[in-house]
Amino acid sequence: MSESDDITIEEVRHLALLTRINMTDHEIEEMRDQMSDILASIEVLSEVDTDGIEPTGHSVDVHSVMREDISSDSITLEDALANAPRQEDGFIRVRAVLEE
Amino acid sequence: MSTLDIKGITISVARRLLDDKEISSEELTQAYLDRISNIEGNIHSFVSVTADTAIEQAKAADNMISKGLQGTLTGIPMQLKDNMSTEGIPTTCSSKMLENFVPPYDAHVTAKLKDAGAVLLGKGNLDEFAMGSSTEHSAFGATHNPHDLQRVPGGSSGGSAAAVAGNLADIALGSDTGGSIRCPASFCGIVGLKPTYGLVSRYGLIAYGNSLEQIGPMAKTVHDCALLLECISDYDKRDATCVNSKNINYTESLDGDISGLKIAVPSEFFGNGTDPIVEKSVKNTIDKLASEGAIVEEINIESIKYSLAAYYIIAMSEASSNLARFDGLRYGLHSGKSKDWNELFSNNRKSGFGFEVKRRIMLGTFALSSGYFDEYYIKAQKVRSLITNDFKKIFSKFDVIVGPTMPTLPFKLGEKTTDPLSMYMSDVDTVSANLAGIPSISVPCGYSDKLPIGIQIMSSHFNEKAILNVGHKIEQIRGFDIE
Repeated sequence: MSESDDITIEEVRHLALLTRINMTDHEIEEMRDQMSDILASIEVLSEVDTDGIEPTGHSVDVHSVMREDISSDSITLEDALANAPRQEDGFIRVRAVLEE
Repeated sequence: MSTLDIKGITISVARRLLDDKEISSEELTQAYLDRISNIEGNIHSFVSVTADTAIEQAKAADNMISKGLQGTLTGIPMQLKDNMSTEGIPTTCSSKMLENFVPPYDAHVTAKLKDAGAVLLGKGNLDEFAMGSSTEHSAFGATHNPHDLQRVPGGSSGGSAAAVAGNLADIALGSDTGGSIRCPASFCGIVGLKPTYGLVSRYGLIAYGNSLEQIGPMAKTVHDCALLLECISDYDKRDATCVNSKNINYTESLDGDISGLKIAVPSEFFGNGTDPIVEKSVKNTIDKLASEGAIVEEINIESIKYSLAAYYIIAMSEASSNLARFDGLRYGLHSGKSKDWNELFSNNRKSGFGFEVKRRIMLGTFALSSGYFDEYYIKAQKVRSLITNDFKKIFSKFDVIVGPTMPTLPFKLGEKTTDPLSMYMSDVDTVSANLAGIPSISVPCGYSDKLPIGIQIMSSHFNEKAILNVGHKIEQIRGFDIE
């Protein structure tokens, strides 16, 4: 990978936004340098001729598993909410998603 | 019971002592807890020690034994890597994000061991979310190698390996996404098995690279690993990728007979970065296998040299998706200061994740983003197909593939933490088994001074019996026992 293909500060900033990870300017720079090194090492894959090769998602056959639509026991509401930091009337309370 | 020596005790020996009432499980468990009190501070193999529940479980096990209701693992003290859910006991993934998380249910493997009457001593330290090869990326401090406290135990299941090697637990379960059972097994001088993808249910295992990872046994002997695998490998409908393999007996075929066994030795496993000391030890062991009647042939698997790059793209892509669920709103770290959802979400993840985890999430997101998806993710998946097909071709002619587990001896703490790429290079010989989904075991084959060296044996899908038997043979011919 040539220098010009290095990942940019702006791209790292955008990735931080997409992944919902707040980062300082210093962290963004460190991340850019490390990501560029790693992406350069991965460039070796471009040598491989993969024409006509199907991608593999799972190494063993995986099929959708269906079951009969019959209800069965699961964990209780109390257990399901036990780790939630804020809750109200059996629901998890969260901050506003859209601005008020 | 002060005379009870737990060093190097196997499941079979403990079983006989327990069944003959020479010791109780409570005494055995207390002996481990005492040793944990004495030396765990130097090793840090546990995230948490569950002494009270361990004694309770040991008493229950003694009760089962007194009624003659015991199974193979009843009363045996063990440790679980802290990415396997344990009902009512914190499961942290060695991350600040999950420091206070208490699962409301057991992982499948946890339930299996509980049903078997095994005694949980505590939860094993790991690289945060199982991302690493040294256990230095734990948010709660690094684990040290019991053979040399200045060196890493390997990772990410470094706590599990160090606990077994340091006689702080009799047996342990680890998980292996790209070598995370085999690497620390090799560095700590114990046996570690990554089963075929789909053999062991991942229900309740907190996911990192879900198409790659498997839970597997870690112990001092191949026989103990086989016993542990028998316990955890039954079908579980809660993991859609779990294959119905019908209670296989892995111990009955451990006869050490390898006459006529066809062994392939890929030259790619002895590449540039391989320490000559490791190469010599592994090749000596292969020579011994040949003199015991195995047919050894050196081969080439061209595609293997691309496995590390393909592995990291796939693992990071899956990580970026799997770790998207950690928002700190339903469970996990909650910073509580921000006004709106996005800011809170982003601050929770800033405080909750370490830098290694952040980097993998961001690289994975990059590889999956439009414009790069075909170049990185799809390309890696196609290379994965080539690697899988090459393994299939090899296994149509050979029974097993043998090589080093790790290219080097255990390195020093801090040696690779500032250079992620050199840390990733440690996984060069282990990741191909995860890409292909085949079983692979690491067995101690030698020492350099006091540092252990591991040999790796791979076979075709669901042929665990073959690698266990070769491992068993190596134990017989290598000329030392594990204490």
